[in-house]
Amino acid sequence: MNDASAQPEIHHLAPPHSFIRKHVFSLDHKVIGLQYYGLALAAVFIGMVLSWLMRLHLGWTSLAIPGLQHFSQNGAPGGVITPEYYLSLMTMHGTIMIFFVLTNAPFSGFGNYFLPIQIGAEDMAFPRFNMMSFWVTFVAFLVLIAAFFVHDGPPISGWTAYPTLSSIGKDAGPGEAMGQNLWAVSIALFCIGQLLGSLNFIATTLDLRTKGMTLARMPLSTWAWFITACIGLLAFADLLPATILLILDRTAGTSFFNPAGLVVSDTLQPHSGGSPLLWQHLFWFFGHPEVYIAIVPGLGIISHILPAFIRKPLLGGMRVMVGCMIAIGFLSYMVWGHHMFVSGMNPFSAILFSVPTLIITIPNTVAVLIWLGSIYGANLRFTSASLFCLGFISVFISGGISGFFLAQPAIDTYLHATYFVVAHFHFVMAVAAIFGIFAATYFWMPKMIGRMMNETLGKWHFWLTFIGVYCIFMPMHYLGLAGNVRRYATFTDNFLLPLIPVHKFITVAALLTGAAQFIFLYNLFHTRWWGPKAPDNPWEATSLEWSTTSPPPFDNFGGKHPVVYQDAYEYGAEGPQDYVMQTTPGKASAT
Amino acid sequence: MASTTYRPAGPAAVPGVAGSGPRAWPGARAATTPKMAATQTGIWVGVCAIFMSFAAFVSALVVREGSSTDWQHLVLPRVLYINTLVLLGSSYTLEACRRRFAIVTRQETEPGGATRVSPLPWLYATIMLGSIFVTGQWLAWRTLAAHGFYLATNPSSSFFYVLTAMHGLHLLGGMAALTYMARRLARSVTSTQASALSATAVYWHFIGLLWIFLFLVMAIRL
Repeated sequence: MNDASAQPEIHHLAPPHSFIRKHVFSLDHKVIGLQYYGLALAAVFIGMVLSWLMRLHLGWTSLAIPGLQHFSQNGAPGGVITPEYYLSLMTMHGTIMIFFVLTNAPFSGFGNYFLPIQIGAEDMAFPRFNMMSFWVTFVAFLVLIAAFFVHDGPPISGWTAYPTLSSIGKDAGPGEAMGQNLWAVSIALFCIGQLLGSLNFIATTLDLRTKGMTLARMPLSTWAWFITACIGLLAFADLLPATILLILDRTAGTSFFNPAGLVVSDTLQPHSGGSPLLWQHLFWFFGHPEVYIAIVPGLGIISHILPAFIRKPLLGGMRVMVGCMIAIGFLSYMVWGHHMFVSGMNPFSAILFSVPTLIITIPNTVAVLIWLGSIYGANLRFTSASLFCLGFISVFISGGISGFFLAQPAIDTYLHATYFVVAHFHFVMAVAAIFGIFAATYFWMPKMIGRMMNETLGKWHFWLTFIGVYCIFMPMHYLGLAGNVRRYATFTDNFLLPLIPVHKFITVAALLTGAAQFIFLYNLFHTRWWGPKAPDNPWEATSLEWSTTSPPPFDNFGGKHPVVYQDAYEYGAEGPQDYVMQTTPGKASAT
Repeated sequence: MASTTYRPAGPAAVPGVAGSGPRAWPGARAATTPKMAATQTGIWVGVCAIFMSFAAFVSALVVREGSSTDWQHLVLPRVLYINTLVLLGSSYTLEACRRRFAIVTRQETEPGGATRVSPLPWLYATIMLGSIFVTGQWLAWRTLAAHGFYLATNPSSSFFYVLTAMHGLHLLGGMAALTYMARRLARSVTSTQASALSATAVYWHFIGLLWIFLFLVMAIRL
């Protein structure tokens, strides 16, 4: 322990004693952070199983999956997935992963746990809103999962829920009656939860920083969560009205998105003059920032973790990386139309969206160059956390490069509906964000649960996952270039049949990579109860979370507010230890 | 480092520390602790989010109007004009309440000052005017329905109901906050409540401004 304990006392609420207030309806940001993490863990498991089912069907179309018929008699008669049920699985996979995993874990989970600690606060600004935020999100998750258990199954309109498929009700197909209603209600609730969370993050960061914690001294992870909260505040405030209009179109007979004269399932739909493109605009004005809600925390987490393992600050200092993240956040609102290049938009509009999309690659590239330049020549300490940081950079580059192609309307027109796009967004958004979550888990779990995770298992987990994701997603680029369409349950065209072996390879890779995650789960749960006790600062890191006990006490710093004297990343200092904690008084002599 | 007595890290307590400088927005001077400052920040951040969601509704309205020829223009019920005046009046009464509050709390530090006049009547007046507004909105709905315009009749009536309903929901939230403030002030009037009162006032004035914005949009577009 350093002198954090020697700072002025704070007045805090008494810790709760009842089980319910302590572990269930807790106001403590750390418990809420762990709850979000646990929810994301449950969600990612379901999402992964759904992807296995889809992959099995894509590799072996007529394969009967044992037991699946009991889960959905209509969707998988005899265990063979119908095309409609494939779309249901795809919709639920996308929705669960993007909302309940990629948003929940890196932003709400780790953000809730560590943002107040990293700025020296005892809790979030509005603990009750914080608790409400989690429980609303939890209910949203239950409502979404309920779609599996209604008569006509989950919706089939994809995580983007494009009208008219999503807006006209049961005539559109199985899952489009109650299933789609549940989806829309779930997303509306999720928006409310995220808005409450974002509000809390912003107010906490601006007003509850401890003495000496200036904005320039804030760790990059806190900066990332703050910027993400700003993005989320506007993005979810846009998706919520869109979802309300969608619910009204579905249930109240309005015509916001439903055009006139639409005949579906031999039935003339009773609507007039709505615009399906209106939904696309509203959705992607949320949807593209959502990509950055998933990945910006990853950028911050990696930028926070790397210096601890290369034992020096990042190149260019704090300002460049913070500038990159702010630029990414700002530009994320300028580019939504690049998801709509094939919607029939005016080609001039397409260029208008293409240019900022290409510009957004500049701050991303600068961030990557900062990481690579910082690693170059450094004494890198190889741990599970640092390996996942390197993996993050690798998949972020791989996914980012395909973005250059897709940002150009002429190329996107060909590639848009193919597996090239699937490969692109899985690499740059999904896998990169997941690697960020893993890096954060290996790095912070000693602080969160007070026990060290097993490094050998962690490294096995990394290498199997790293090789696995490349085996899954690299071939998809090839599939896309060969014209393999996405969102199709089976491929029967002559030109696609030779590609089936590639699909089989991807399926095997997906199953094995998924299996490798059980190493992680075993490591996590084994550590939780039987892992060796973690010291307060196992990685010899500098920020405030390492100046308190592992795990931190109820009010984070044991009745004191730490006082901050140093920048966030004073590594490479001269003296008996090569780092200077933020709470160490005096002038740092870091190189 | 020696332990010192804790002083709230507010504007006066720790100059130059984050969360302590003078704020640009109204009511922020009332914040004397970081938690109070966070309340002020929180209400402004919330206002931004709410405005963003109404901006989304309004942009949807503009796009929907231009995307088809089925748009029927509405004659807005006249009661909306009265409602607008009522809501403006409620902002005035709330400010009157805050002025009274400021006088009363100043007397805390100036014993033997002017007679203590409760700010509560003005707060009750605000709540009453809010209730009159809600009733007026309901009457506007009835008028529109009497002319055959329901939620799904035409996109213009759809937007009318959606915008007024969403605004009304936010206004009911404001009335809940005002009622909460009334309960607190009924117990005692102290300067520690300044931050909550000013946050409530910011929200209530925003709801009023939002209504004027929506009313203009509806008057021009519907």
